[in-house]
Amino acid sequence: MLQWLPENVSTFGPEIDSLFYLIYYITAVVFILVTVLMVLFLVMYRDTGDRRATYSHGNTTLEIIWTIIPAAILIVLSFMSVNTWAKVKRHAPESDFEIAVAAKQFNWEVSYAGPDGKLGTDDDVKFDNDIHVPVNKVIRVQLSSKDVIHSFFVPSFRLKQDAVPGRTILVWFEATKPGKYELPCAELCGFGHSGMRGWVYVQTSDEYKKWADETLAPKPQ
Amino acid sequence: MSDTAAAHPAQGHHQELGFIRTYIFSLDHKMIGRQFLFQGLFMIVIGASLAMLVRWQLAWPETAVPGLGFIPEPYIYAGPNGGGIIPPQTYNALFTMHATIMIFFVVMPIMIGTFGNFLIPLMIGAGDMAFPKLNMLSFWVAFVSGIVILSSFIVPGGPAAGGWTSYATLSARAQYTGVDLGQNLWIIALLINGVSSLMGAINYITTIVNMRAPGMHYFRMPLTVWSLFITAILLLLALPVLTAALAMLLFDRVAGTSFFLPEGGGEPLLWQHMFWFFGHPEVYILVLPAMGVTSDLLSTFSRKPVFGYHAMAFSMIAIAFLSWVVWGHHMFISGMNPLLGTAFMMTTMVIAIPSAIKVFNWLGTLWGGTIRLTVPMLFALGFVSNFLIGGLSGIFMASTPVDIFIHDTYFIVAHFHYVVAGIVFALFAAVYYWFPKMFGRMMNVPLGMIHFVLTYIFFNGAFFPMHFLGVAGHMRRIYNPTQYEFLQPMQHWNVFITVSALLLGASQLFFVVNFFWSLFAGKKAEQNPWQANTLEWTAAPTPPPHGNFLTQPIVYRGAYEYSSPEVKEDWLPQDKNLGVSAATRAH
Repeated sequence: MLQWLPENVSTFGPEIDSLFYLIYYITAVVFILVTVLMVLFLVMYRDTGDRRATYSHGNTTLEIIWTIIPAAILIVLSFMSVNTWAKVKRHAPESDFEIAVAAKQFNWEVSYAGPDGKLGTDDDVKFDNDIHVPVNKVIRVQLSSKDVIHSFFVPSFRLKQDAVPGRTILVWFEATKPGKYELPCAELCGFGHSGMRGWVYVQTSDEYKKWADETLAPKPQ
Repeated sequence: MSDTAAAHPAQGHHQELGFIRTYIFSLDHKMIGRQFLFQGLFMIVIGASLAMLVRWQLAWPETAVPGLGFIPEPYIYAGPNGGGIIPPQTYNALFTMHATIMIFFVVMPIMIGTFGNFLIPLMIGAGDMAFPKLNMLSFWVAFVSGIVILSSFIVPGGPAAGGWTSYATLSARAQYTGVDLGQNLWIIALLINGVSSLMGAINYITTIVNMRAPGMHYFRMPLTVWSLFITAILLLLALPVLTAALAMLLFDRVAGTSFFLPEGGGEPLLWQHMFWFFGHPEVYILVLPAMGVTSDLLSTFSRKPVFGYHAMAFSMIAIAFLSWVVWGHHMFISGMNPLLGTAFMMTTMVIAIPSAIKVFNWLGTLWGGTIRLTVPMLFALGFVSNFLIGGLSGIFMASTPVDIFIHDTYFIVAHFHYVVAGIVFALFAAVYYWFPKMFGRMMNVPLGMIHFVLTYIFFNGAFFPMHFLGVAGHMRRIYNPTQYEFLQPMQHWNVFITVSALLLGASQLFFVVNFFWSLFAGKKAEQNPWQANTLEWTAAPTPPPHGNFLTQPIVYRGAYEYSSPEVKEDWLPQDKNLGVSAATRAH
């Protein structure tokens, strides 16, 4: 089933995917175990008319076993998830590459710092729905919304973050492979929600520099 | 407890009440239960039809749906041959109303309204509910809210289109969705509906606490009653929060209060916190009665005591407590402080434990039984099978890093349909099981078997592949998946799901035919057709008269004494007195 995961091209993606796989294997084992037992019981213990059911109200040892084992697995899973979560959502690495994305019905408004090197000033260079970034570099995005809640989703980066009106949320990624990656909106945002889509162009540093020189000139600091 | 209950058998004398007092403004919990059933079954047809239209659009985007051409623009665009094309705005309204109707007007009225009303007094040995007039009012208030929600389909601008979760700011200003009156009516309908549920909850709690028959200790109550009891307490505590949130949203829309609008000093996430503080207990409000019914049916048809009765009751209590501290798992990527995400992941993992306990105890109940695969048993097993999948898929979302990817994708759509739409299996199980008690006739078995097999196959065909779409990143609530390059290789699954869903819908005709045919022409039901232990079958006549019991039943034991060594038969009714002479015993 997991072969349908989009190709991952971000630095934190493999950690997310390995948790995904781990939970997949654990749940698959439980699913198969319970289903096989259930079908087996339905066949073995079907009413044949010549047997009386076992008169049993339960078994405390079993209750304890099947409380403790799932509890242990779930607690271990939580602890395994904590670090990856912190890495993606809590500790954005420092970087000199920062852009702003303001979501609005039904576009991603992308801003690069203008000649003054600062974001949020009048000389910002703006694009609709296109983000150009260099490969193998930490990119920080100041995410905001101008109207309703949108969600910044790049499937290939394993990255999703709601854009909430009234606040600016910092998200980050580091892409590991040049290419063109889709950026759909993942939160219902009105009648144009479907089709609110941007592109992230991950370029080699030379290509990116060329694009930046031509388009942003002078390039952002 | 006995004095209130004892007052009722006096009403066992049949009184002519007239048509209106008997069938419309009835004070009898059994008639009120049936009224909720018919309302719920009517609404399920609408809710399911909306889903079919959603599925059509997803499989064959922007093609004409046959027979839809009668709806005027701008709601539907005319297509060839009398068909109609669904525009994006209508599509959003379709899934919004599908979820709203299924949750608030189908599952709640049937699982809680119908079976809560019908079964609680009968199963605990009471003559009626504690507050019959409040009970009647509860139905009629629910009826009004049903009228309000349906009326929103015909107002200018159409019905609400902001999702059943109605996230602010989208829902807080008419200009964002283009829906003005429809969204207001949605809020008002849910406000009214909440009042109805509150009245029901107060009634259920009071009845269970005060009106149990002599000997019906709490830990002799059938798990169905336990589940409805816990559900009622959750309803009583959760609904006021929804009511407050809805009132604030309505004020934002019509009075400019800006509770949720940042430009006026409000906070969009406040809505999500309030909505999910209600919304997560709501999930258990929906699923607990299904668990209770399933436990009872598995025991009855395995001819074996429920495995771990106390573990079952306490795991429901644990679920109820924990349901108050997991709401944040709906908000991992909402912009809420990520540290809170970590905390809510922990609580969410913990709530999976009592759910796991329930599944293992159901298995334990089957073990060593003499299993009778009746139609209600098959549906109960179907519920277990679906709940297993829905429970396990929940673990993916509980893990915060994995949720980053699958949040708001079809993975979550698959998950909650396995849990919430899976409840429909328990709902059918309950209808097939208690139909003889409600209407005095048996439902047809071959039709029921066909209904089960087709429903089980097409349910899984419709919902299982949604996991695949979710893994591929398919967003929920999008109008046209083919607009996205990365989803194009998955489109065949959308077609597969839609075909399964249409067949799932069509399979329900077997139920409709069976239900109405059996209502008038089914085989007359015996007193205790399933050889069950609980009072509704063993002590109350079929059909139960006003006041339910001719004499006050006295309870001697728990509900699950199947295959007890004390008696020759493999069932031992809760009200059967073994302390008397053998002659009486042999009756």
